[in-house]
Amino acid sequence: MSTTPAPAILPRGGDPALDEARCRYVLRLADTSLVLGQRLSEWIGHGPALEEDLGLANLALDLIGQARLLLTYAGELEGRGRDEDALAFLRDAPEFLNLTLAEQPNGDFGQTIVRQWLIDTWQLEIYQALSVLPDTRLAAIAAKALRETRYHYRFSCGWLVRLGDGTEESQRRVQRALDDLWRFTPELFTPDDVDERLSLAGLAPALRELAPQWSLRVAEDLAAARLQRPPDRPHPWQGKRGVHSEHLGHLLSVMQHLPRTYPGAHW
Amino acid sequence: MSAVAAPSTDRAPFEQQVWQLLATVPDPEIPVLSIVDLGIVRHVRQGEDGQLHVALTPTYSGCPATDVIRRMVRAALDRAGHGEAVLEEVLSPPWTSEWLTPEGCAKLRAFGIAPPAQPVGSPRGLWHQTPVSCPRCASDATERLSEFGSTPCKAHYRCTACGEPFDYFKCH
Repeated sequence: MSTTPAPAILPRGGDPALDEARCRYVLRLADTSLVLGQRLSEWIGHGPALEEDLGLANLALDLIGQARLLLTYAGELEGRGRDEDALAFLRDAPEFLNLTLAEQPNGDFGQTIVRQWLIDTWQLEIYQALSVLPDTRLAAIAAKALRETRYHYRFSCGWLVRLGDGTEESQRRVQRALDDLWRFTPELFTPDDVDERLSLAGLAPALRELAPQWSLRVAEDLAAARLQRPPDRPHPWQGKRGVHSEHLGHLLSVMQHLPRTYPGAHW
Repeated sequence: MSAVAAPSTDRAPFEQQVWQLLATVPDPEIPVLSIVDLGIVRHVRQGEDGQLHVALTPTYSGCPATDVIRRMVRAALDRAGHGEAVLEEVLSPPWTSEWLTPEGCAKLRAFGIAPPAQPVGSPRGLWHQTPVSCPRCASDATERLSEFGSTPCKAHYRCTACGEPFDYFKCH
């Protein structure tokens, strides 16, 4: 699985609390990609046009691929022998650490695009920052994912502008989606103890330092799309701490059904 | 970034043989290309453990062909008597379409798939058009139908000169 020399510069076993934080941090990235990938795959066969159906499926495939790399790494950091499949299919909702935004339902195409664009812009900042940090294993995954996130962003931002600066109806719908989903955005850049511990150890970016760049990009895109940035509200959402909206359990029941009903099944 | 992983003349004869062997393993989704043409073989070397080490890198994180390619490489190595070879996965630096060999690009075009052209400039430009010439009639009068195609590495285009739709191997 690894290249030479050995991947992570800091092997497990130094500081148990730090090891646990690293595992949780990687799981957050993994679960956000996995849950968003699962959501996008719900569009397959239902896209507004064949080209967009293909587009959303391609994004889903990349995200699930990223999740596999991250879950494998999280399993190794955890050190309890859980592989990517055990982590994806045999955990319950409170053990999932994805951003609350990622699990929100697809809604209409505009809502899916707004959710995608918000997460793409977040991932651009996070992956860019992680790609140069000293956890070389995570840096390699981030650099790989960053390339993909760039064209995901081209897709989501392109559609955001087209819909926002489109017809009266498309404008109304995409603004409504933005108004609805904006309340989940404070979670993106509000650090908690895991973020702060890793950032202090130099293993993760300081979220508060990334937030201004993200805000700037978001403001530029919203201006191009002729959309209004909704007001910020206090943030009660804690998906990355395992406290989810009601939607995640339903998503998992579909995603996990087969491996739980037929343990060990494979193609 | 490291150099393109194409066969070169300064390799040890043993490694050169393995490169030639790997050049017979086709990409399962674009069989006209070998995995060497695709630039996903990152190195072939005799390790300090005495074993042959072959490193592959995925094109896209979620590309379903990755697992199939690994199995095909394993089978080819087994058949050639390298049953003990160690297969490694390398992620860094990430694969780029610039690692496609010139031969690979020529094979793509002959197969009816336009090879990668200039990278897209604007990060926000979903509708920004990269000039891509038609693999059938070589006209530049083409239009993108979708940035996404039948595999993660391809986009869907149409030639307005000859009227044919075609796949374009994306810059990545």
